[in-house]
Amino acid sequence: MGLSKEQIAQRIAKEVKDGYYVNLGIGIPTLVANYVREDIAVEFQSENGILGMGPFPWEGEENPDLINAGKQTITALPGASFFDSSLSFGMIRGQHVDLTILGAMEVAQNGDIANWKIPGKMVKGMGGAMDLVSSAENIIVAMMHTNRDGDSKLLKSCSLPLTGVGCVKKIVTNLAVIEVTDDGFLLLERAPGVSIEEIKAATEGSLTIRAEVPEMVFK
Amino acid sequence: MINKRVNSIEEALEGVKDGMTMMFGGFGLCGIPENCINALVAQEVKNLCCISNNAGVDDFGLGLLLQKHQIRKMIASYVGENAEFERQMLTGEMEVELVPQGTLVERCRSAQVGIPAFFTPAGYGTEVAEGKEVRNFNGKNYVLEQAFKADFAFIKAWKGDHAGNLIFNGTARNFNPAMCGAATITVVEVEELVPAGNLDPNQIHIPGIFVQRIFQGQSYEKRIEQRTVRKRQ
Repeated sequence: MGLSKEQIAQRIAKEVKDGYYVNLGIGIPTLVANYVREDIAVEFQSENGILGMGPFPWEGEENPDLINAGKQTITALPGASFFDSSLSFGMIRGQHVDLTILGAMEVAQNGDIANWKIPGKMVKGMGGAMDLVSSAENIIVAMMHTNRDGDSKLLKSCSLPLTGVGCVKKIVTNLAVIEVTDDGFLLLERAPGVSIEEIKAATEGSLTIRAEVPEMVFK
Repeated sequence: MINKRVNSIEEALEGVKDGMTMMFGGFGLCGIPENCINALVAQEVKNLCCISNNAGVDDFGLGLLLQKHQIRKMIASYVGENAEFERQMLTGEMEVELVPQGTLVERCRSAQVGIPAFFTPAGYGTEVAEGKEVRNFNGKNYVLEQAFKADFAFIKAWKGDHAGNLIFNGTARNFNPAMCGAATITVVEVEELVPAGNLDPNQIHIPGIFVQRIFQGQSYEKRIEQRTVRKRQ
């Protein structure tokens, strides 16, 4: 129901402004780069040590010394730079990155986020996620509104081990655009063809709904 | 010119013992010290505590040490690409300390530059902060983290000279610079080893003072983990 992963990425791309340095997490966030407006200047940062990350290389031109945070081969755009991991996390922790986009398993109504561990089942590690969420002022989460069992992922409080506390500001799901406020979740936009009732039913946490909730626009 | 050059892998690894703590440069399979890892496997050193961002894949990188059960403890930020790793971790065969990536590199860099501990916001409010001092600065909460203590650091660089000066390539740089000089003995393998005087001082990423041993590496596989491409129409 609602948006595809590509469409979620397309909606999030509208949040990327001219002159932004942006960090994209693995999964849906990486798709955002494909939808950013071509008439603005944006640089993508990858935590493993590159600013000015470009698209995948042409077949046959892969460079094993040029990868992104997801270990995929990439290219570097004109104006790109390479640096080491301590400087990379320095620019993250020092709040030089304007926008961080990442996925989540759970987000709580107070902005807590869990996206790194399912105890006993999936303990791959947090990578750069904890640094990103604890440092960034502007965090957008890209995720499905419910999990595979149909349970809400927007909760009163997280049940999974936390990645960060009180840090998420905005969430774009397959059903809605939601802001995190002092009073919990605030419904900003709904996906085309999705009703307010459906969004309410899929949201466990406290959700404020205004009289008018516009439909998402993608351009 | 102080000469750091060694001529054999045996000389490079002299003093390596069971039970030691070792740092390994690299991000995924990018910029890993392939020759040193192969030598450690061949020497069958055991009970190692390994500090590295990742644990390789099942049959390459640190995964090779894992397969032979040479690792007692792993300190890393992300170990998802290695099924054997997850298995050894979930059964308790191997101890694992998962550290946020920025904290991991800063604990290496702090050891390099003589800072015993530092405050970082990463992990505040999570299980990473358990048992650690927390302090508030300017209204924000931070966790106290300590510098690592390691016996050896194994580094991969692109070019180096006999004085130990190093230049890295692309994203193969990653953790390598912060680990140089962060352990008692730093061993560097390079794709191109040149005499002192061949490298422009302006181009040096890490000066040789942080390096104890440098050698000419051989036969780099440089495996690609995710070969993602665009196809020309």
